[in-house]
Amino acid sequence: MATRMPKHGVNRRTLLKAAAATGALQVAGPFIIAARGEEPVKIGLDNPLTGTYAAVGKNELIGCQLALEQINAKGGILGRQAELLVEDSTSGDAGTAVQKARKLIERDKVNFLLGNVNSALALAMADVSSEKGVLHIVPGGHTDAVTGATCHWNVFRVCNTTQMEANAVTPTLIKNAGKKWYFITPDYAFGHTLQAGLEKAGGKAGYTKVGGDLTPLGTTDFSSYLIKAQAANPDVIIFLTQGDDMINALKQAVQFGLDKRFHLAGGQQELEALEGLPPEARIGTWVFEWYWNQPNVPHVKDFVDAIKKKTGRVPTARTWFGFASTWSCALAANEAKSLDAVKMAKALSGLKLPPEVSLMPDQAFYRVGQNQLIPNLFVGQAQAKGSAPDDLFKVTEVVKGTDAAGTLEETGCKMKWPV
Amino acid sequence: MTQLLLFNVFNGLIVGAFYALMALGLSLILNLSGVINFAHGGFLALGAYIAYTLIPYVGFWGGLAIAPFATAAVGIVVEWALIRRLYGRDPLYSLLLTFGLAYIFEDVLRAIWGAQSVPYPIPPELSTPLSSQFFFLTGYRLFMVGLAALVVLALFLILNRTRLGMRIRAGTADLETVSVLGINVRILRTLNFGLGIYLAGLAGVLAAGMLGLQPTIGTSLIMPSFVAIIVGGLGSLPGTLLGGLLIGLAAGITAVFFPSATEAVMYVMMGLVLLVRPRGLLGEEGRVS
Amino acid sequence: MKRVPAVAWTGLIWLVLLTMPYWMRAVGGYTELASRVLVLGLAAMSLNFLLGFTGVLSFGHAAYFGLGAYGAAMTIKYIAPSTPLGILVGVATGTLAAMVIGALIARLRGVYFAMVTIAFGQVFYFIAFRWNSVTGGDDGVTGWKRQALDLGLAKIDLLGNDKAFYYFILACFAIAVTLMWLLLRSPFGRTLLAIRENERRARFLGVPVERHIWLSFVISCCFVSLAGTLYALLNNFTDPRALRWDQSGNFVIMAVLGGMRSFWGPLIGAAIFVVLQDYVSSHTENWMSFIGLFFVLVVLFFPRGVLGILRRKGMA
Repeated sequence: MATRMPKHGVNRRTLLKAAAATGALQVAGPFIIAARGEEPVKIGLDNPLTGTYAAVGKNELIGCQLALEQINAKGGILGRQAELLVEDSTSGDAGTAVQKARKLIERDKVNFLLGNVNSALALAMADVSSEKGVLHIVPGGHTDAVTGATCHWNVFRVCNTTQMEANAVTPTLIKNAGKKWYFITPDYAFGHTLQAGLEKAGGKAGYTKVGGDLTPLGTTDFSSYLIKAQAANPDVIIFLTQGDDMINALKQAVQFGLDKRFHLAGGQQELEALEGLPPEARIGTWVFEWYWNQPNVPHVKDFVDAIKKKTGRVPTARTWFGFASTWSCALAANEAKSLDAVKMAKALSGLKLPPEVSLMPDQAFYRVGQNQLIPNLFVGQAQAKGSAPDDLFKVTEVVKGTDAAGTLEETGCKMKWPV
Repeated sequence: MTQLLLFNVFNGLIVGAFYALMALGLSLILNLSGVINFAHGGFLALGAYIAYTLIPYVGFWGGLAIAPFATAAVGIVVEWALIRRLYGRDPLYSLLLTFGLAYIFEDVLRAIWGAQSVPYPIPPELSTPLSSQFFFLTGYRLFMVGLAALVVLALFLILNRTRLGMRIRAGTADLETVSVLGINVRILRTLNFGLGIYLAGLAGVLAAGMLGLQPTIGTSLIMPSFVAIIVGGLGSLPGTLLGGLLIGLAAGITAVFFPSATEAVMYVMMGLVLLVRPRGLLGEEGRVS
Repeated sequence: MKRVPAVAWTGLIWLVLLTMPYWMRAVGGYTELASRVLVLGLAAMSLNFLLGFTGVLSFGHAAYFGLGAYGAAMTIKYIAPSTPLGILVGVATGTLAAMVIGALIARLRGVYFAMVTIAFGQVFYFIAFRWNSVTGGDDGVTGWKRQALDLGLAKIDLLGNDKAFYYFILACFAIAVTLMWLLLRSPFGRTLLAIRENERRARFLGVPVERHIWLSFVISCCFVSLAGTLYALLNNFTDPRALRWDQSGNFVIMAVLGGMRSFWGPLIGAAIFVVLQDYVSSHTENWMSFIGLFFVLVVLFFPRGVLGILRRKGMA
């Protein structure tokens, strides 16, 4: 299970000799070195492996590794072997994340940059990658700005925008849980945009907001928020917290017996969080961005088996994000027949993922003019026990991404390509 | 509003009791050995994970009974192997050492048990609210407070009634004299360290039932414990207890009126105490320098 | 004191700093790493003004580092797009906060001082973290960039040109370090040393110890907030992690690792720490264990730091 980081020590030593010989050239500035045939194509992953997002970051890494193995087994990228360079961005330290992004781009000369789980870090990395003109794929940072107001020609995203998740889950939420909503929202970009998305989608369906609280990331004791929430007497308490915050909030709500008095539900839910919850707290209506139990969709079972073989556990949405992101790199290069970032970005924009990568009923595609992947979304109920010990979610409806994505104007993205 | 306030006052006391449990352990070690144990949060998490691992074999109660002792044993080994080498040196060094240990703890826990939260089961008889009107008083929370109170009581009994406790107290007051009297200070400090870590382990086991258990569970709890010690007064265990309860209460009340200042209020209290009474509420004179 | 080697050392250090961007890449580094060493080195040297030369242990310097970072970031974002103004405001913010906090804590000593500085450091962390509408909360302050330096005659592009920015940092570093050096050579600096060596005696000699410690704290924090502003400019971003207590711990270990009793020690400590962290974290995801172990080993075996050891062996 232990994942080994690639070693570039050997490369560096050869580089050192070369640099000594061509010292003058080094001084002249960062030229793009023409790729030699034997040199592998490099994909740099700058994602959390420690801290709050370590668990999801790790799952994305596993997905990347599987994709890399498959790519190399199928002949690599443009006939060259592909290599994954992994850096720990930490979960929230922008200084480290930016430094690692620059390291991957400037020193290791990666052809692709992947990351980050943390939306704020994804935005900070996008600043670096667009400045340097490197193709950048964001596997799992959800805040809308990445492919919205601050979109860049070189930045693509696999996971959904929060607005898409909100649009997908709202009809079922209102049908199952009612129209009076109380929000428990994490106080950072992701939470703000997810709540705004739900309010927008709910507004069309005639919801009423009876109250809400912003909880700081890393809140451990949610009792005072829950006490306020029940006093407002909503139909449903909407939990938009993620990861450990989601676990703490739901666990405490159920201990307080609030599940017997109100519906507890929310927007985005992840298998990682459900696995961390005691069975009695695996409840509510949510949206998953990908789910492993899709018995009638081709190739999904192969993917699940391959991941199980690697880790002993089923893949989560995060595993798929990493998998699809890495495959997107290969698809872009092979489609463009070049490693030039602009050419690859042009090729990737509008590209449909093949079924063995897409792994959902409708083929996911990158929307032109926004660089956002438009996949299926899986709306359903969390469950204590399903067909298998890992089956903690019952998909009741598969929403088409095109129905949830809204119009291009709504995203606020004004794409500018380099001339 | 009054109902909301009442709820939060209760809740603040519960949280405060918890801070106090952490802070007492830190305070014991600080008073006798002059070591600020940054790794306290790591020991807390370790206690919780040990209990989590034991529960399938010995059940919730068995885990609760055994895990804190196992944690204390690890603490004693750490003290014996590393920390005792730094006694008598600038406190800077023990601070850095435990700081480094905190890094190691977090990383090792993640390597063994994974980064993902693990579900920590609590017995059904504790997991329901007592009544729907006082739904925030769950059996588990009451049990936590009760047990914390009991342990604190036992701690003070040990310190005041047993030979070991009296030696610890005497050593805190005047270490030199104690060692001149022929008491083995090294063993005393080791046992005292173990006692402090026992409290951390217990706090961890209790916390895991309420919070999600993941490797960083201790980090959010250690800073309030520092504040509790400063507010209560260095060198005074009753002060630490009082400090913990006070800041919990203050945080609980603030959560009603101005939720985003919930943490800040602790530090404001600390500032006020330092301004008015630098040695802390129950701190002894002369401990400041 | 042997004078000649000290001068030689200083010359060597400046030579290395002046040429660093040109050989960094050849030894497997990158310009940003050199800039980072310089910024964190300045922070560690500033801390050491208090720790090594006044004998007072602050474990909360990240707070002033972070205040500098936020001051610079928010000035450039909200007030005026000017790099020097950002630095000015950042330094002023950090220094002002240090003046207030310093007044509260100058009476305390030893472990107690350390503990209170940690706790006060967290106040600023929580302000940055929770006051979302102003500070951006956990997302930090984004959407701004360091601005070109307008010298009247020429405009220096600090954003696109890594090396230009490195030399900009180096210039700030040189000014700060020279000021610190002059301060330590002054009668005021001598008095600080006297307090470090024997506080009681200094007091008997009529030295207003509290006022000196306060002043030393403020000066130290002023320079550390300068480092903070440069850190924000380096990342074009700032977030609450910049002022959390683990950052403070890193500054202290850098100072100890290099040698607290020597002027340049903390810079060397910072270089070792930054490069080690950069290297280890690219090779294993368990880098935290290595860093932690590194702390333990330094404390147990190198308490005098690198320069302390060299000096003992008569090499410096």
